[in-house]
Parts: sequence; structure tokens; C-alpha cells
Amino acid sequence: MKYPDKNGHFGQFGGRYVPETLMPALLELEQAYEQYRHDREFKQEFDYYLRQYVGRPNPLYYAEKLTRKLGGARIYLKREDLNHTGAHKVNNTIGQGLLAKRMGKKRVIAETGAGMHGVATATVAALFGMQCEVFMGEEDTHRQAQNVFRMKLLGATVTPVTAGTATLKDAMNEAMRNWVTTIHETFYVIGTVAGPHPYPMMVRDFQSVIGKEVKRQHKKVEGRLPDYLVACVGGGSNALGLFYPFLKDNTVRMIGVEASGYGIETGKHAAPLCAGSPGILHGNKTYLLQDEYGQITHAHSISAGLDYPGVGPEHSWLKESGRAEYVSITDDEALEGFSTLTREEGIIPALESSHAIAQVMKMAPSLSKDTTIVVCLSGRGDKDMHTVAEALGVAF
Amino acid sequence: MSRLKKRFADLEKQGAKALVTFVTAGDPTLSCTEEMISALEAAGADVIELGVPFSDPMADGPTIQLSSERALAAGTTLPEILATVRKARVTCQIPIILMGYLNPVHAYGYERFCTDAVDAGVDGVLLVDLPPEEAGELLPYARRSGLDMIFLLTPTSDASRIKLVNEIGSGFVYYVTVTGVTGARQVVSNSLEMELANITGKVKLPVMAGFGVSTPEQAAEVAGLANGVVVGSAIVKLFEKHAGQQLKQELTQFVQSLKQAIS
Repeated sequence: MKYPDKNGHFGQFGGRYVPETLMPALLELEQAYEQYRHDREFKQEFDYYLRQYVGRPNPLYYAEKLTRKLGGARIYLKREDLNHTGAHKVNNTIGQGLLAKRMGKKRVIAETGAGMHGVATATVAALFGMQCEVFMGEEDTHRQAQNVFRMKLLGATVTPVTAGTATLKDAMNEAMRNWVTTIHETFYVIGTVAGPHPYPMMVRDFQSVIGKEVKRQHKKVEGRLPDYLVACVGGGSNALGLFYPFLKDNTVRMIGVEASGYGIETGKHAAPLCAGSPGILHGNKTYLLQDEYGQITHAHSISAGLDYPGVGPEHSWLKESGRAEYVSITDDEALEGFSTLTREEGIIPALESSHAIAQVMKMAPSLSKDTTIVVCLSGRGDKDMHTVAEALGVAF
Repeated sequence: MSRLKKRFADLEKQGAKALVTFVTAGDPTLSCTEEMISALEAAGADVIELGVPFSDPMADGPTIQLSSERALAAGTTLPEILATVRKARVTCQIPIILMGYLNPVHAYGYERFCTDAVDAGVDGVLLVDLPPEEAGELLPYARRSGLDMIFLLTPTSDASRIKLVNEIGSGFVYYVTVTGVTGARQVVSNSLEMELANITGKVKLPVMAGFGVSTPEQAAEVAGLANGVVVGSAIVKLFEKHAGQQLKQELTQFVQSLKQAIS
């Protein structure tokens, strides 16, 4: 069986839980995507921009020194941090930007947490000559001030959102509200594999370039499939992009890493798959952080990009079906991962990706030297200098 | 005959339009809500939409967002809202529908919700983020307990969507008069007459039109084009400014003026 089904369901998850005003727009988008996903010209143009503009394929880098230090499995880093704009987000915004262009939309909007998706959307809007407005939780505009400036330089309007918790989920609410109001001229570029159908499927497809390259690259150096895939999961787009091309390869184990913030037991975390329950938010049914009355509770993570109380519905499905495993990493462990990769390999990872690195540091030592782990280095850490300096208690 | 059906039948006999009023349950407290239900009925409202507050109201403008935040800060929950309706039912006959988002109902449990809501005296439910396509799970329970399921139609809904809502909806159809979120607006859209003529000609249920209606004049204009009018944010705004007896007075006056305008 192929997932999602025609109404966007992954088992009990996914779907299109949106106000009526949006339904026709989602159906129109679905139709356009169905038309272009198999269109030769569209695919060629997508490939062209990924190659010439984003700089793909990026390397699958053997982290020899980190491997030696941990003393177990061989560790490969998928270098999404080397993409133009510094993260995996651009793979998706190129895809959606090209689709928006074909649908004749002159304006794009986006929500952003850490700002990487906002920057990637603003970049594509500049490239394709579209108007761009990015909604960002006010708290995040402070945490990620540099990305706010980047977006403005690129010609986008950044609208701080003060409602609710003033983070990513509220930015998404505000983007939805704006979309409801401006539906005829606006294309909503969702940054992760969440939201109403067809977004989870479409973003997964655009991001699956990550896994496709890994498959080829790993085969070339190791002559076989990898044993483990590890990636951080906020909404879960880099993880799904890595996992998806391997779903049918049953020997490949997949581990999604959520943010457990101060620790699951403190209740201050962002790990719905590890410690949440199914519910409906932002247009899809999925695992959520919520109280017993169905109110969404605050997420916490040191990394703004993982600070979200929901997760893409396909991850909920992969958890329920047992195909992927989900674990969590605390703020402190992530910082340890951050420092270790920086010192050992001279690569400064994003705090989001540092969660995946920390998980690899936990599991690699006990695995044999014949085992390989591919970890998605979803973004670079430049944007996190202030946060890390603050956490380490050093002046910046 | 259900309370909603009876009310619409009575109004039709009188050749009158329905006034549907929205208040957020628990803003500022549920005991206040209970009192305001009586006040709304006494002032001439025909249907009450009781907003179930949700932490992430993505189809609402600032007025109802803030109202939901006040209600949640006061600790309002769905079980307590049902208890409030039960208490109000001792004296009130006005049809009451719950309006909100799906997740609180999902957390309560679909089957139990439908049974308990009807048992408490709730007549219908309108879930903003539950389009007909996703209603298959809840609908059988609602039908079995006699809870009307009300759906939205909007200026973006085409003929096939109007047909879908006509087939599975009950109680009434809520026509959203603007392509946007809830909240008071200065002017009523000038294509409304054509849109509503199209909708009322195609659905068998009464059509209530709303979103953005804030003055008696606008209410009269909109009600004239449909079977009734919904006023939400403009009423909720009174809860921002007033409390206690003064709130009751202001609310009564405003609702009376709306009712008078559409008569």
C-alpha cells in the first residue's frame, strides 16, 4: 500500500483538518502538484536549481576522527549544511517556489522557527521575483535576530507573532490566518512535513533528494546500504527526506531524534512522539503535546527549529507501524554534540542537527566497526552562536 | 422536533429572520456564561453559539483569540462547558450549539462527546477545522445521539462543496461572508447578495450568514439575504470592556438592537 491515501491519510494520521475557506485551495494545490510531479520539464527545472543554485549533490562525508573517538560504528555525515542558505530547507522551497510560479501566484508566505525556512523561502522569492511575507514567533525573532535580518535583506517582510507562546506553532497559526484572508493570490510555503494534505507528502517528496543521494553515495563507498539512519525531528522534514527512499529497505534502521529539552520528566520538552498523544493541530492528525482537555501545551527546546508541539503525520505513522524508532536528546546532550562535532571535525552544526549528533555519540560506541551510521547534518550552526554562548555562559 | 428545527419553523411562520449570537464559554468565567445565556435569550436571540476555547484558534481574528485566551486562563474545559449548558437548560429553551475546533472534542472522545452533549442539552456542533471530508468518524455518533452537525460554506466553496455540505450537514448551514478570519469589519462584501442567492437556492437547510457583522445595520442587510445572521466578535468585544451587571445591560441592549434591526 502506498502512503498517503488519496485523502492524505497515513493510517489514522494526516488528513485535511482545515477551515472551509482553505479546502478549495488545498484541492487546487493537490491537483497542481499531481500534474507537475510527473512533468518532465518541472523535474528538470527542479534538478537544475538543486544542482546549480543549491550546490547538490552535497557530500556524504566520512567523519573519521569522530568515528575513532567514539570507537565503534563508522559515522557518515550527510552535509545538508553545505547547501546554499545553510540547511536542508532550501530543497523544499525550490520545489514549492517552482510550483507557485506555475500556479501563477505572485505572493508567498511562510512560517519559521529558527528562521532557516524563512530564509530559504525569502531566497526563493527573490530568485523567482515573488512578494514574500514570513511569520515568526516574537520570541524566535530575538533568538534568531540574524536570520530576521537576512530575510529582510532578501526583500521579505518579517511579521513577528505575539499570540499564544510566540513561537513556531503560533507563527503557523498566523500564516494560516493570513492564507485564509489572501487565498486567491497567495501560495503558502509550509516548511516541514506537517500541515494539511498535500503538504506532508509534497515536502517529503522534495526533501527525499537527501535520501536518494545518500543511497547512491553510501553504495559507492561501502558497496551496500547503511545500517542506521539518524536525523533530528521537529516537524521532521530532514528526517523524512533521509528516511523515505529507504522505507522498503528492511535492513536499514531509522532513528528520529526529538528534543527532550530540560528532560521528558520535567514536562518542558518538544518530544510529541516520545511523550505525547494523537490529536489534531494545523490541519493534520498526528502526535501532539496536549493536556487531557485537548489544549496544546508549550514545547521547549534550546533549538528554535525543534520547538514545536506537533510532528509530521508520516512520522506518527512510522512510529505506530514500527518502521522507525524515535528517541529524544536533552538540551545539554545537544550542546555536548555541538561542541564535540565542532572540535573533532571542524564542523559547526546547527543546534537542531546537534541532537542527531548527540544520539550518534550515544549509540556508536557499542556498535561494531563494520556498522555504518548516516546522520543528517541538516544545517550549519552560525545562526546559533548567541544561544550557545548564552548556554555556555560566555560573553559573545 | 429538535429545538433548532422548531425555532426555525416558528421563525418561518412569522416570516422572521434568525439572530444567532456567539459568546465564548468561560470568558471571563463559566458562571458568567450561564447568566449570559439567559440574558441572550431574554434579549431576543434565537440561537446561541457557545465557543469552546482552544489554544490554537487558527480561523479566528484577534477579538476571539483574546477571548479564548481569557477563557482558558480561567481554567475552562469542555466537561465544565457541558455542565454549564445543563444548568442553563433548567430555565432556557434557546437552541445552543457548540462552536470550536476539533481537538478538544477528539480528546473528550467522539462517541462520549455526542452522548454527553445531547444529554446536557446541546443541540448542535460546529467544528471549524472539520470539513465534510474528515467528518466520517464523528458523524455516525452525532446522528445516533441526535446532535446536529453544522458545516461552513464560504465564498470559495464551489458547487460540489455546496452539494457535499447539503448532503451531510444538519441543523443549519453557516455561510462565512468573507474570505478571512472572524472579526468585525466596516463593510459587507458587495458580492454577498449573489453568493447567498446561490447558496440558499441549493441547500435545503436554513442558511445563517456571518463573519464580520458588527452593527445592527449590517445585521439587517445580511439577514435580508439569508435565513438569519450570526454576530460574534462584536458581541465578544463587549466582554473585553464590561463585567457584571454592566456587561449584562450592554449585551441586552446590543442584542435587542440587532433583533430589532432584522425584524
